[in-house]
Amino acid sequence: MPLDQSFTGRSYPPQTSYEVSREKIREFADAIGDANPVYRDPEVAREAGHPDVIAPPTFLTIINLASINAIVTDPELGLDYSRMVHGDQGFTYTRPVFAGDVLEVTTHIDGIMARAGNDFINLRADITDAAGQKVCTTRAQLVVRGENA
Amino acid sequence: MNTAFGGPGGGAPHVTVGDELPALEVRITREQLVRYAGAALDFNPIHWNETFAKDVGLPDVIAHGMLTMAVAGRVVTDWLGDPARLVDFSARFTRPVVVPNTPEGAVVEITGKVADVKDDGIARIDLVVKFDGKTVLGKPQALVRV
Repeated sequence: MPLDQSFTGRSYPPQTSYEVSREKIREFADAIGDANPVYRDPEVAREAGHPDVIAPPTFLTIINLASINAIVTDPELGLDYSRMVHGDQGFTYTRPVFAGDVLEVTTHIDGIMARAGNDFINLRADITDAAGQKVCTTRAQLVVRGENA
Repeated sequence: MNTAFGGPGGGAPHVTVGDELPALEVRITREQLVRYAGAALDFNPIHWNETFAKDVGLPDVIAHGMLTMAVAGRVVTDWLGDPARLVDFSARFTRPVVVPNTPEGAVVEITGKVADVKDDGIARIDLVVKFDGKTVLGKPQALVRV
């Protein structure tokens, strides 16, 4: 069944805030196999002009995924999660994420389309810091494969 | 300054359209998928449960698209030296990276090229990300401050 297109334009305000720790950044850098010291060593990060270690570019997927999951499991939207795949992902950075950041995410449904038996849902998330300043905007397209597609 | 991550010349790279970034070959194993699932809090069973993956029509367990994207991004950030010069990063997930339960796992090959340099100091890097001889990401692209 096609998704309810009236969900286009909906926004989901932050449910919680996420505090970025040096340890989580290191764990994530280890998991992606990236040895860059700017993710691990505060001295190296400070030499590069940052207040603390920075997070790898795709680190925000942690926050992003939580907000995506909150939307796609909304029973009103009627999305079959087991048929959903990640179609694309983009990040536009205003600044890097630093250890110590307290981040919030506001997610928007930019569009819902049906094409060739599949549903496509375009999400945009604005990630802001404790001062309310923009850190990053993420874009994701989710694809829900149709029963016969 | 750690020279391994110093970027071209340590400072802002002098870049020209057509410049190639140092290529990278990365091995992804089942162990890494489990590690990544925990770090990214992405516990979709298609990334660790062979039975589940096959039940939904996949040939085997597949890597997280975001892990492949993260690995691909390293070609850009290693070259930049300071990852903070990355201003935009995007990709489509077009083909899965199938990760067998072997010590060898799956090998992903990444190459990158400077595709455009604008007057405002922003360069576009086009990446090519391949597994098993075929591209797995569609239009993987980075915008960087040079």
